[in-house]
Amino acid sequence: MSKILIRGAKVLGGEPQDVLIDGDTIAEVGSGLSAEGAEVVEADGKVLLPGLVDLHTHLREPGREDSETVLTGTRAAASGGYTAVFAMANTFPVADTAGVVEQVYRLGQEHGYCDVQPIGAVTVGLEGKKLAELGAMHESAAGVTVFSDDGKCVDDAVIMRRALEYVKAFGGVVAQHAQEPRLTEGAQMNEGVVSAELGLGGWPAVAEESIIARDVLLAEHVGSRVHICHLSTAGSVEIVRWAKSRGIDVTAEVTPHHLLLTDELVRSYNPVYKVNPPLRTERDVLALREALADGTIDIVATDHAPHPHEDKDCEWAAAAMGMVGLETALSVVQRTMVETGLLDWAGVADRMSLKPAAIGGAKGHGRPVSAGEPANLTLVDTAYRGEVDPAGFASRSRNTPYEGRELPGRVTHTWLRGRATLVDGKLA
Amino acid sequence: MQRHLISAADLTRDDAVLILDTAEEMARVADRPIKKLPTLRGRTVVNLFFEDSTRTRISFEAAEKRLSADVINFTAKGSSVSKGESLKDTAQTLEAMGVDAVVIRHGASGAPYRLATSGWIDAAVINAGDGTHQHPTQALLDAFTMRRRLVGRDAGLGQDLAGKRITLVGDILHSRVARSNVDLLHTLGAEVTLVAPPTLVPVGVESWPCEVSYDLDRTLSKSDAVMLLRVQRERMNAAFFPTEREYSRRYGLDGDRMAKMPEHAIVMHPGPMVRGMEITAEVADSERCTAIEQVTNGVSIRMAVLYLLLGGNEPAATHPRTEEK
Ligand SMILES: [Zn+2]
Repeated sequence: MSKILIRGAKVLGGEPQDVLIDGDTIAEVGSGLSAEGAEVVEADGKVLLPGLVDLHTHLREPGREDSETVLTGTRAAASGGYTAVFAMANTFPVADTAGVVEQVYRLGQEHGYCDVQPIGAVTVGLEGKKLAELGAMHESAAGVTVFSDDGKCVDDAVIMRRALEYVKAFGGVVAQHAQEPRLTEGAQMNEGVVSAELGLGGWPAVAEESIIARDVLLAEHVGSRVHICHLSTAGSVEIVRWAKSRGIDVTAEVTPHHLLLTDELVRSYNPVYKVNPPLRTERDVLALREALADGTIDIVATDHAPHPHEDKDCEWAAAAMGMVGLETALSVVQRTMVETGLLDWAGVADRMSLKPAAIGGAKGHGRPVSAGEPANLTLVDTAYRGEVDPAGFASRSRNTPYEGRELPGRVTHTWLRGRATLVDGKLA
Repeated sequence: MQRHLISAADLTRDDAVLILDTAEEMARVADRPIKKLPTLRGRTVVNLFFEDSTRTRISFEAAEKRLSADVINFTAKGSSVSKGESLKDTAQTLEAMGVDAVVIRHGASGAPYRLATSGWIDAAVINAGDGTHQHPTQALLDAFTMRRRLVGRDAGLGQDLAGKRITLVGDILHSRVARSNVDLLHTLGAEVTLVAPPTLVPVGVESWPCEVSYDLDRTLSKSDAVMLLRVQRERMNAAFFPTEREYSRRYGLDGDRMAKMPEHAIVMHPGPMVRGMEITAEVADSERCTAIEQVTNGVSIRMAVLYLLLGGNEPAATHPRTEEK
């Protein structure tokens, strides 16, 4: 059994302590722990967090291995401090059968960089017409509990209602990509002052908000829980706040890019800023930060969406929507939530590890940093400042909106069940 | 002047007046028996049209030829573009053939901006209309037409459109002509009012430097020029308005409405006109309608733009203005 002593780490940002890992488990947390028989990692005041958990990752395999694979995507995850990711179902073929979800799950286990928990499609082929075999996916080796047609909205109210009801039998949750399709035909960016000037088709906030309003009411009516993907508007925050105050079992996520970037960036017509839902306004950004701080929004999820270079090296309308995010998420959260005083590091651990693991049912993840817990850990050099250089990404894709931008913090070590997947910023 | 012409919003008042003045010089060339200037001899201009627009392409081509440029016409239909070749590859291929300027028409808003700013090519880029974004040479030829008619051909030289009241009527939402005109007319000191059913006004219009009205009749008497924008019939299928008849009843310009305009006021249309929809034949064919003049002026404006972007260091003509004196 190998032992690792992490010496002088600020656990959840608190006073420096030593953390002893024995095998796959945290053996002891305290001061002046013996280094005997252990490899020593000098944390030197870095912050130690539970391994991050991403409830919204696009790994692209099977079908779009030119943009990402389970291997490259989980390496990117480990680089970003993640020990578990939930892989979205919009692959080719769609993850709407036990066979596909098991394949993705096994690839994650084989590569060993990060646990991969497949998300199953709600409907066959993401077409919104017919329920996929949700129970079979749950009973498969992948043990699917989160279901989503992400990329598309389950817009048919009856299908959504049935899905919410059906997964109650095995404790599942439906994660909704809230986008009213008729209101967003031809949509290219947030509808508002900037879209009016640029002559780009508008994606109005109401197209998101109306679906969220409907779905929280449906969840209340049938007594189910519902999860809202990548919530992006101030109005959506108000609806979720209202729903929670009413006792509706709703959880919601926000992406790092919606916490930092606004639609003003679209003036460059650079498709690296093209994403769905679109970048919104400053007012929305501030509302999202506040909601993440006060718990209205439960978690940060990356919506890591890799695309090959040519899909972004073109005119705006022809470009694919999406941004990579696994390797910059924690830095963006440090900038937008920690440096602004909205969250402390314990709060970051809660929003990026504990809560996402709880919503998705990721066993062994999102646990406290204390003796007897699985050694899924992330060590962060929060004093680091540097420009984002996509050339150094582990992801196969480079479509980051942060290229050349100075962001704080850098993950130096990641441990998955006691085994280092990232050492001194390099993949193990 | 900047190196490219992408948006009317990029032009300063002095840039715009310089273009209008230069276009007057170019117009005088057109009045001569030999309508050609040697200014762009040996320079190559490509007309890169990803969208059908014979009118605009011919206008640019005439301007390029009058300046003695070598002209390449590239239409995307039936070419490698329709087989999935990208804008970037097409532009780079053309530039490899030694192109000095690219006149681009594209269905995607921002395509000319991308072409000019992505490091794909070095050539000057002139936007000949992109999606629902901008059509700056259209705005310039419209301003040129207004200045001639409302200020005067000679009196207008060196002048802008300060205090002129311009009304734009029609499908503002989908109109690059409207966006370009609002920007340029504002820069030139005019007061702009947009008139349309609320469905055809973009959300976010409140940041534009203009007024918005839903009532055409109330703005007519306060207009020095009324510009009608084309309204595509298909829009009613997407519920922008109920029927063609209702549209023309509420927002179309007929003889009765034209009579409410001040006597000096003109009627403008960027073409192609949908007679019976936004304009009746009576108005379209009247003396007050400048649609044909706008076409003529378009060539002068495009000559001026090409001249200033590509050959601006040399004198335009042989100083035709002093010659005349
Ligand atoms: Zn989504």
